[in-house]
Amino acid sequence: MNKELIKELKVSAIENGTVIDHIPAQSVFQVVRILNLEKFDTQILIGANLDSQKYGKKGILKLSNRFFEKDEINKIALVAPTATLIVIKDFQIIEKRQVEIPGQVSKIVNCVNPNCITNHETITTKFVVIDKDDLKLQCNYCEKITVRESISFV
Amino acid sequence: MKNRSLISISDFTREESLRILDLAEEFEKQPTQNILDGFVIATLFFEPSTRTRLSFESAVNRLGGKVIGFSDASSSSVQKGESLHDTIKTVSNYCDLIVMRHPREGSARYASQVASVPIINAGDGANQHPTQCLLDMYSIRKTQGRLDNLHIAFVGDLKYGRTVHSLVIAMSLHNTTFHLVSPAELKLPSSVKMHIKNKNLQYRQYTDLNEVIPLADIIYMTRIQKERFSDPIEYERVKNAYILNNTMLCKAKPGMKVLHPLPRVNEISTDVDDSSSAYYFQQALNGVYVRQALVATILGVK
Repeated sequence: MNKELIKELKVSAIENGTVIDHIPAQSVFQVVRILNLEKFDTQILIGANLDSQKYGKKGILKLSNRFFEKDEINKIALVAPTATLIVIKDFQIIEKRQVEIPGQVSKIVNCVNPNCITNHETITTKFVVIDKDDLKLQCNYCEKITVRESISFV
Repeated sequence: MKNRSLISISDFTREESLRILDLAEEFEKQPTQNILDGFVIATLFFEPSTRTRLSFESAVNRLGGKVIGFSDASSSSVQKGESLHDTIKTVSNYCDLIVMRHPREGSARYASQVASVPIINAGDGANQHPTQCLLDMYSIRKTQGRLDNLHIAFVGDLKYGRTVHSLVIAMSLHNTTFHLVSPAELKLPSSVKMHIKNKNLQYRQYTDLNEVIPLADIIYMTRIQKERFSDPIEYERVKNAYILNNTMLCKAKPGMKVLHPLPRVNEISTDVDDSSSAYYFQQALNGVYVRQALVATILGVK
C-alpha cells in the first residue's frame, strides 16, 4: 500500500468540524483539558504519538461539528505553540492557520507566586502576556511574572 | 480620580500623581479642615502597622471624617475563617472608602473588584505600597526642589521591599538614574526592573553601600524584613549587611537626604539622626498630608 493511503487509514476524515494538527506529542491531553473536551457530546478522535515528518511524534484532535472562537482556540498555544488549526466543511478545508499566543490568559493557568491571593481564595486567575516569545505572564493580582518553565494549569 | 481605587502606583499617570502632591502641599499649609464631615472611612489592617494606619486615621480625623476598622486580623471575623471576599463585601456596606493592608500579594486588587466602594492599598504582601510611594515622592520633591533627573540610591532589601517596588516604578517616569544596592539574594525583581528598562533609564547594581554615597541625591534605606524570610539562618546572614553611619556621610553631596519608610532596626545608626542629611522623621509627617490629599480626591471633596 502507498504511504498516503496508510496515513488515511490511521485517522479517518471528518465531514464538518475542526482538526487540530501538529500538537506536541506530550501535550495532547493537556489540550483536551484546556478545551474542556470531556464535556463535548459530539464525536471526538484523539490521536497521540503519531509519526510526524516535521516533529518526529505528534498529536492530532478531530472534533466533529465543533468550531472555535479565536480567543478560545488560542488558549492552547501556551502548551501547543506549533499547533495548526484546520476548519473543515463538507470534507473541504476552508481555513488553515497557526495558533497564536493570546494577549491575555485567564482561568487556565495558576500563578507561580505561593503568596498570591489567587492561590488562597476562590479567584479566577488573570494574566497579561508580556512576552510572547519567551512566554512571560504577569499576574493581574500580585503582578509577579510566571515564566514558561513554571507554568502549571488549573 | 473620584471614586477610583489606588492599588498600584502605576494606576496613576505621572500627572495624576503630581496632582496629589500639589494638593498635599495645600494640606501641609492647612492640615485641619472640616471637609470630610459625614464620611466614614474603614481601615482594615490584616497585618500590623503603626505609621500607615495612624497617619491615615490622623489624616481623616483632621479633616472631620470618621474612622472604623480593625488593626489586627485576630480581632476580626478572619479569625473565624471568613474569606477576604466576604469581609470586603460586608465592610463595603458600612463606609465610603476602604483602606486596607493584607499579607497576601494581589489582595488589594482583588478587593477592588469585589468592593462597591473605592479601595486604597496600604500594602499587599511584598507587592505594592502606593501611598508610601506618594509620600516618598513628596519628600523627594520637597527636599530636592524637583522630581526629574535625580540620582537615587535604593539600599537593602530590594526584593521584598514593597515601598522600593512602588517608588522605582513611579520614579521611572521622572528620568531617574537608579543605584541599586543589595545583597545578591535580595536584588530588585525583574518585574520591577522592567519599568526601568522600558524607559531606557540608567541603572547600576552594587553590593557595596560606600560606592553610591558620593553619587546620590537621595539615599533610600530599607529594613531587611525578618517576616519575609522563611529561613531564619538566611535572615541572620544578611541582616547586618548595610548599616549607614554618620562618618560614611562625609563623602555625600551637600543637599543629599536620607529617606527610610520606617520602622528602622539598625540600618541607620542613631548618630545620623541629628545630621542635616536625615529626613526620615519629616518624611513620616508628610504621610499625613499626602493621605489627606488622596482621601479628599477619591471622595470627590477636592
